Formats: sequence, structure tokens, C-alpha cells
Amino acid sequence: MAYDLEFEKPLAELEKKISTLQRKGDRLKAEELVQLQEAERDLRHKTEEIYKNLTTWQTVSVARHKDRPYAADYIRLMCNDFFELHGDRSFGDDHAIMAGPATIDGQTVMLVCHQKGRDMKEKQFRNLGMPHPEGYRKAHRLMKQAEKFNMPIVTLIDASGASPGLVDEERGQAEAIAATLYLMPRLKVPIISTIIGEGGSGGALAIGVADRVLMFEHSIYMVAAPEAAASIMWRDSAHASHAATAMRISARELLPLGLIDEILPEPLGGAHRNYNQMAITLKDALKRQLAEIGKLSVEELLEQRYQKFRNMGKYGTLTEQNLATAQA
Amino acid sequence: MAKEAAVPLTRQTSSSNEEKPGLPSVGNIAVKCPKCKEILYSRDWEKNLKVCSRCNHHFRLTAYERIELLADPGSFHELDADIISVDPLQFTTFPPAHADQRNYGEKLAAERKKTGMNEAVVIGHSTVESKPLAMAVMDFHFMGGSMGSAVGEKITRAIELGIERNIPVLIASTSGGARMQEGLFSLMQMAKTSAALAKLGEKKLPYISLLTDPTTGGVSASFAMLGDITLAEPGALVCFTGPRVIEQFMHIKLPEGTVNSEFGLQHGMIDAVVHRRDLRSTLGRILRLYA
Ligand SMILES: [Zn+2]
Repeated sequence: MAYDLEFEKPLAELEKKISTLQRKGDRLKAEELVQLQEAERDLRHKTEEIYKNLTTWQTVSVARHKDRPYAADYIRLMCNDFFELHGDRSFGDDHAIMAGPATIDGQTVMLVCHQKGRDMKEKQFRNLGMPHPEGYRKAHRLMKQAEKFNMPIVTLIDASGASPGLVDEERGQAEAIAATLYLMPRLKVPIISTIIGEGGSGGALAIGVADRVLMFEHSIYMVAAPEAAASIMWRDSAHASHAATAMRISARELLPLGLIDEILPEPLGGAHRNYNQMAITLKDALKRQLAEIGKLSVEELLEQRYQKFRNMGKYGTLTEQNLATAQA
Repeated sequence: MAKEAAVPLTRQTSSSNEEKPGLPSVGNIAVKCPKCKEILYSRDWEKNLKVCSRCNHHFRLTAYERIELLADPGSFHELDADIISVDPLQFTTFPPAHADQRNYGEKLAAERKKTGMNEAVVIGHSTVESKPLAMAVMDFHFMGGSMGSAVGEKITRAIELGIERNIPVLIASTSGGARMQEGLFSLMQMAKTSAALAKLGEKKLPYISLLTDPTTGGVSASFAMLGDITLAEPGALVCFTGPRVIEQFMHIKLPEGTVNSEFGLQHGMIDAVVHRRDLRSTLGRILRLYA
């Protein structure tokens, strides 16, 4: 897989050197073999170094990489069985939300996932991964069903946002999202949400009110896509990279703010370089978290979930501020 | 629960409209209707509850004006007025030197000075036609009514007040959506307020949502659209995605007023569109019916 991102240029050069040498095969001279080994070592070290120090905006480009695995890839690699269920029983079936029961090492869970499209045709089919209201209503229906059959809920979040079209307004996008936010805090089964790529705005949070919120190392979670935020604040989407930085949307920045629970490490160079390894990491984390939350009684589970979100937010009082000013 | 203080309702109702940010003014004696361009005499306009006598355009109200409109005279007691926003991300604006762009902390201070308010929502309890009610009333003039941690906390406390006192809750929304400067903290207020409403629902206490111009974004996609009864003022912009973004996404031009209260009523998202002059009596009826 080529190194095709802007900041990967030094890696691409090393890769080119490596493949030139490799093409020589048997005709490789002794000193060229040494060069090859050095270049390979260099590539690994450089990749480690670059990926350890990604800026927020660079992280955005990894999270949106065209080859990044999507929910369906993890489902295929991680689940023994997945039976996709369709439709909201009211209007239609949305293709940006993929959901249904699945087994992970023998345990049945209800999967509710965003699904982006890979090629042009699938992108269109899945509305660029932006759910319509009927997608959230399908999610609502199946999360309630999970509670009925006592299945834990696993959600994989990967959407830049909810679909912003006129048909979405006609069918009540705001209400559809609000309804899942109202439902999830009281569901009597464990819920684990993982941001695998992009988690954007209410369209992501709508399947993210969980007991545990995990993030892939190079994924992003944000109140609005950087382009949208820049457009709102500065009337210019060209300032997106500054918006991304200022809003602190990377996993590394969100963990210390207490907004997520765990970061799942990605394979060297990003999840798209090793689908299998990423799927194993995800599966192990889900199993571990489910076992942990599974120990709680329903009352404890609901109380902890409520308090988790009840306590999110940082605010002050005027009195405190006056005191601080006086002391300064 | 926090300390209580009766707030004099005259606080924000001085007759000069110079002090009311966001209102198109023609000197002190008249205002121009932004919709039909009619020049309205201030005194008539205020007597008409800031509704255009020609085209029925409902001008935006401050939170205190709306409380005066809805609550029985003198019955409102404000709570948690001293809650303010902090700058949890040490947000830096862009471009740094731009004249009207400030860092978030400075912007907050400027907004407090401009509006005389501490945040974009006022909460407390009152009676409406003698029925007790917990209420949260948003104000668009403070940073576009955007929802950050402080707004989310106050809305949540208003809902908790309903639970504590076993009384219905009213939230009057007006908001451009999330407060970008608080990043993901802002998004999480949608989960927090909705979770509190779910608790209120379990106690079987009615929640009335009143949508006023504009109610959009994260506010519409959380508490504003969760009412047991959802009312809206006529002509209010009510949507998840604003018209400008819809137009960009679809490469079309939307006619003025495509996504508004009437659109929401037509598409089954709103229970009733109510003229401003009828709001208090409508609330009274609802409170008696659901008592
Ligand atoms: Zn008019």
C-alpha cells in the first residue's frame, strides 16, 4: 500500500528506493543488499516517528484515508456470524447505518454501525456514510430490540455527520437523532461505542451514548466536521485545519479531557496498513470491556451511564471567577 | 440545589431599543420589520409583543422578555444565574489578528458585557396561570444561543428542578446549535440534557418544548425535539441543518422560509404553531390538561 498522504512524502521516497532495489532480485550486489536492509529499517523508524507525532490535521487525513477499514471490514474479520436487519418499519431502509445481531467469539451482540462507501457507486449508495432519519430510526428500533433480548450493544462510529439534505429535514432528522439520545441512557443492556474513523456531530453521537467510549488511535471525534466548524466560526472552510487543532479532536487530546475512555492502538502507519491486526485489537478490547461491564447490576449500569454523561462539561461561577481575578 | 434570587423583571425591558442587540432600529422611535420592511412605531410594536402588525413577523425576544411574556407577573425566580462558561480547550481563534475575532475567554467577557447576561439561557421556576413550572429560556443574543457546557448544565438543572419538585418543565429554545469553541464538550451537552429528560419522562412529568426563531443544530437534535408537547412560534427557523448548508449540499436554492415552524407542523414534527399573544393561555391549557 503506497504512502500517499502529504506528510508521508519521506516515507514514499524510502519506499521507492526499497522497491527499486527489490526489483533487482538475484542481481542485487552485496553493498546494495546492505542498502536495502538499511532503507527498510529507516522506513520503519521514520514511520514510527512520524505517526507518533501526528498533528491533529494529519490525524484527520489518516482518519479519512480512502483505504481505511470501514465497519463492514471489521464485522467480516471479527464476527463469526452477522445477520443484517433492514428498515425502520416506517419509511425505508438507510444504507449509511448497518445493523443486526452478530456473534463475537460465541457471544451475541447487537451491532449498530455507520458504513461508508468505498468506490463512487457505493459512496452514492451509502450517501457518503451520512445517515438519513430512517437510519437513526432503524438504530432506535434495533437498540430497543437488543434490550428485549438482553444483548449487549456494540456500535462502530464512522460518519462525518448526519445527512444535511432537504429530505432529511422533511423526515425529521433532528427528532430522529434526539430520539436515540433519549433512548440510550435508559437501555438496560451494556453499550460500547468505538470511533473507528470519523465521529462527527449529532450524527455520530446518536449511536454513541455508551457505557464505554473507545477511540482508534488515529480517529477523530468532534462537535462538527472541521470544514463546517471553520465555516460557522470564520465563514471560510479553508481554515479547517485550524478548527481541527483548536477543537482538539484527536483521541490523544480527548482522553485527558475525560471525554473518552480508552484509545486502541493502530498498526504502524494506520489501520489501513493491517486490517487484520486492527480487527484483533478491536475484538479483544470489546471482549474485555463487555466482561468488565457485564459484572454490573442493571441499576449500577444505568446509574454509572447516567452520571458519566451528566458530569460531562466544564463550567464555572462568577463568584469563582471574581475570586480568581482578585488573587491574580 | 443552588441559591434562589427573585429577579426584577424590569431588568431588561427598558423602552429604548438601543440596548437590545440584534434588533434593526430606526432611531429610538421606530423599528423596521426585516421581513416586510414596514416601519413600525416602537411603542405600537412593543405593545404588539414585538410582532409586526403588518406581516406577523415575530421578532426575537431576550430571555427576560420571554419570561415576562409567559410567566404570571412576579412569579419567576431565577436559579443558578452565576453559572458561566469557562474555556475548557483554551480555544484559539483564527486568524489570530482579525479585528472582531477574539479568543473564547475574551469573547465570553464581551458577550456578557453586550447582553448584560451571564450565559445564553436563564433558568428558574414560576407559575403560568397559577400552575407551577420549571423553566429554561434561551437567549439568542448571547453568542447566538449556542450550547456549551454552561448552557447544557443549566438546562439539565432546570429539568432536575422539575424532577425534584414534581412539576412540569418548559424549555424555550432559540439557538444556532453547538458552541464550536467548546468542541466535544459542547456535543456532549446533547447527551446530557437528553438523559435528564429521559429521567423526567420516567417520573411521568410533562415536558413542553417551545421552539422560537431560530432552533437549529445540536439544540434541535436534542431537548428541543423531545417535547411531550412541542409548540413553535410562527415563522421560526426550525431545522437540524441550516438552509445555507442544505443549499450547498444539494446545489439548489431554497425559497425563503422553507424550513420553519409551519414546515415542521406539516411534516409532523410539531404539535402546534402558536401566536405569541396566545402562548401563555396555551401553556395554561396544557398544564391543566396534563395535571
Ligand atoms: Zn413585517
